[in-house]
Amino acid sequence: MKIQKIRNAEEMFFRGVMIVSTSVIGFALFLILWSIFKRGLPALSWQMLTETPKGGFYFGKEGGIANAIMGSLYLASGATLLAMVFGIPVSLYMNVNLHKRKKLVNTIRFMLDVMWGIPSIVYGAFGFTLMIYFGMHSSLLAGIITVTLFIIPIMIRSIDEVLMSVPGGLMEASYSLGSTQSETSYKVFLKQCVSGVVTAILLSFGRAIGDAASVLFTTGYTDHMPTSLMQPTATLPLAIFFQMSSPIAEVKERAYASALILTFIILFISIVARIISIRFQKHKIKI
Amino acid sequence: MVAALVFSMLLPVLIAVGLYYKASGLLNQHSFLGLVFSKDWRPLSGHFGLYPFIISSLWVTVLALIIAGPICLFSAIHLTQYAKSYVLKVMHPVIDILAGIPSVIFGVWGVVIIVPFVSQHIAPLFGKETSGYTIMSGGIVLAIMIIPFVLNILIEVFKAIPEELTEVTLSLGATRWMVIKHILLRKAYPGIVSAFGLGLSRAFGETIAVLMVVGNVTLIPHGALQPGYPLPALIANNYGEMLSVPMYDSALMLAAFVLLIIVILFNFVSRMVIHRMLKKM
Amino acid sequence: MSGKPKIVIKDVNLHFGKQQVLKNISANIPEKQITVILGPSGCGKTTLLKTMNRLTDLYHHVKIKGSIFIDNDDVLNTHKDITEIRRHMGLLSQRPYPLPMNIFNNVAYGLRISGRKSKKFLKPRVKHYLEMANLWDEVKDRLTDPASALSIGQQQRLCLARGLSVDPDIILADEPTSALDPLSSEAIENKFIELKSQYTIVMVTHSLQQARRIADYVIFMYLGEIIEQGPADSFFNNPQQELTKKYIKGLFN
Repeated sequence: MKIQKIRNAEEMFFRGVMIVSTSVIGFALFLILWSIFKRGLPALSWQMLTETPKGGFYFGKEGGIANAIMGSLYLASGATLLAMVFGIPVSLYMNVNLHKRKKLVNTIRFMLDVMWGIPSIVYGAFGFTLMIYFGMHSSLLAGIITVTLFIIPIMIRSIDEVLMSVPGGLMEASYSLGSTQSETSYKVFLKQCVSGVVTAILLSFGRAIGDAASVLFTTGYTDHMPTSLMQPTATLPLAIFFQMSSPIAEVKERAYASALILTFIILFISIVARIISIRFQKHKIKI
Repeated sequence: MVAALVFSMLLPVLIAVGLYYKASGLLNQHSFLGLVFSKDWRPLSGHFGLYPFIISSLWVTVLALIIAGPICLFSAIHLTQYAKSYVLKVMHPVIDILAGIPSVIFGVWGVVIIVPFVSQHIAPLFGKETSGYTIMSGGIVLAIMIIPFVLNILIEVFKAIPEELTEVTLSLGATRWMVIKHILLRKAYPGIVSAFGLGLSRAFGETIAVLMVVGNVTLIPHGALQPGYPLPALIANNYGEMLSVPMYDSALMLAAFVLLIIVILFNFVSRMVIHRMLKKM
Repeated sequence: MSGKPKIVIKDVNLHFGKQQVLKNISANIPEKQITVILGPSGCGKTTLLKTMNRLTDLYHHVKIKGSIFIDNDDVLNTHKDITEIRRHMGLLSQRPYPLPMNIFNNVAYGLRISGRKSKKFLKPRVKHYLEMANLWDEVKDRLTDPASALSIGQQQRLCLARGLSVDPDIILADEPTSALDPLSSEAIENKFIELKSQYTIVMVTHSLQQARRIADYVIFMYLGEIIEQGPADSFFNNPQQELTKKYIKGLFN
């Protein structure tokens, strides 16, 4: 049957295209990680991790990026904690108090999803206008505030996703602690919930530590270790960015090492998040 | 708690207001549309035409979608219709990790691998000479960045189509591929378009990675092998000079405002379409 | 009304991963009669139905052993193209699943993909099958309307017309009336009774009353096994197994 043969050929062709497409994606990830490792590994040293750049981050040939590493950790931790202060109550409120008002909650979810897509540079520009308005200079604090604003929709929505998967009245019942459910099922559900929330927080932290555009205007950059909230602070993404554009080879090497360190941090967070969610999924209640 | 909720909901409004307020200095002197469509960007003499940057942005984002779109579509079909379960198990973390890689890392990869690639392998194909810092490089890097995002949405869309529909179509004597061509793609069509819309919006706002590879030359590009200067890159590159030149900061805030509005619009419409489509199924 | 069975199922065992869903299924399904596969939810009856036209191929981690002979062809172990085999069996699902096209194209789809595309060829045939499904009068003026515009009962009849359009010998029906109102259900049941003179009908149901109404042959399943099977008369009036007796008395679920 001739039609049959043409059809089979068509199907085979497209199946081939499909396999190629999926492979391209896997290959792209491999290529990215490989190139970062290849350039970054030779430049990585104990120095990198523990010293600050000597002779200026743009021109100095020696030293490391300890300042950027610490700065980023402070920044991301501060922003994540602050965002949690907003994120956890709001998600709880959405899932407990507003549980019955389906339409309202879904509208809120929709708005949050739209907000998720706002680029970080817009937050950066906004953060900058806030700084001018309040007369602040580039500082760690300004950066923390800006990044907090950036990750709030992400935090709320991902925790919300976790809480959403909890069956109906269980949320309300456990919220008022004298629940009618048996002790064990409450504990199991709590474990499941907590692990999901922890994963959400970890992932928000990952976004906070990796973003450059939101800190560009607001946090400034220095060669020194972070000393106070009101001083400009170095961050890892900016360290990479600035050092990449330096004409001096040693500085560029530092950039690759910094990229590798940031990549390690992100990979570490991803793996931990995966492990947590896989381990605790086993206890998932299915009702 | 309610206060926190209200605050979170109002955030984009606050941002829009804040940016607009800052931009109003400039808007008092020129009209909004005038600025958007003016090709004249000479900040030192007070000319702030945003047109070249908007066009550059369009170039990179559309190129990114052209590259990423088919890859995501075919991969989504593959993963939901054909692939064995172990493939899905492998791809899941791949997509998640790709989605989590920070923009600046993509930028480094772009500079180290993509820019030379464009310069040495792609440009000669078209008989052109370039340093590699081009729209093409921006488009490629951007494409890889939006792939996990678009792919996840497409997978969700395809998974939402009831399996029984595939079953009844197969019972009519159709092959797997016919089911996909005639039935699944038709049903998923609005979802596919929206996924692409969301990908476009994501690409539009991407700053650092593109900035590092696109050349940052202020002109209206006429080809993908020319350098470009997308809107977010404009904002990011010039924040330093912002305060020293009059009205420069207003112009950049205006640019950020335009960016915000475009992204929100695209997001809103795309998500609305997907929402309606998923409800129907 | 006996004769050569249309479908011969022999020692079929089916596993989803580690779970065994069908155990040692053997049955002879008579030609041109309504065979009802009966049983409580989860007993494997839908899986058995889907095994007959190999829709089970769609699932991951499926292992099937045994044979299903349809006209001397072992569907489970054949080298022939499965799409050809499937065309001999029409499928009617629990809920109607019209294709995302207009009414005319829904019925014409099966014909189109077998290569016949001319309007001249398709028009009379579409009419014929819509008439067979008792739907023609209601839709003849709006053939270009989307199929989703029809009511559920109409959609199910459309799916029936669509299934018949490929000229199957066998109709496989998976609880076809469970989503319909009583009037539409009755229409489908009566249609089946009409159609059995031309087609072999295999219907899954969990409704005892429905089985009593229309079955010629009954296969009773529980937990993946066939407990009892036989002509409807003897099944309902003279059940052999304890389980069967219980089920008929309504002492299940």
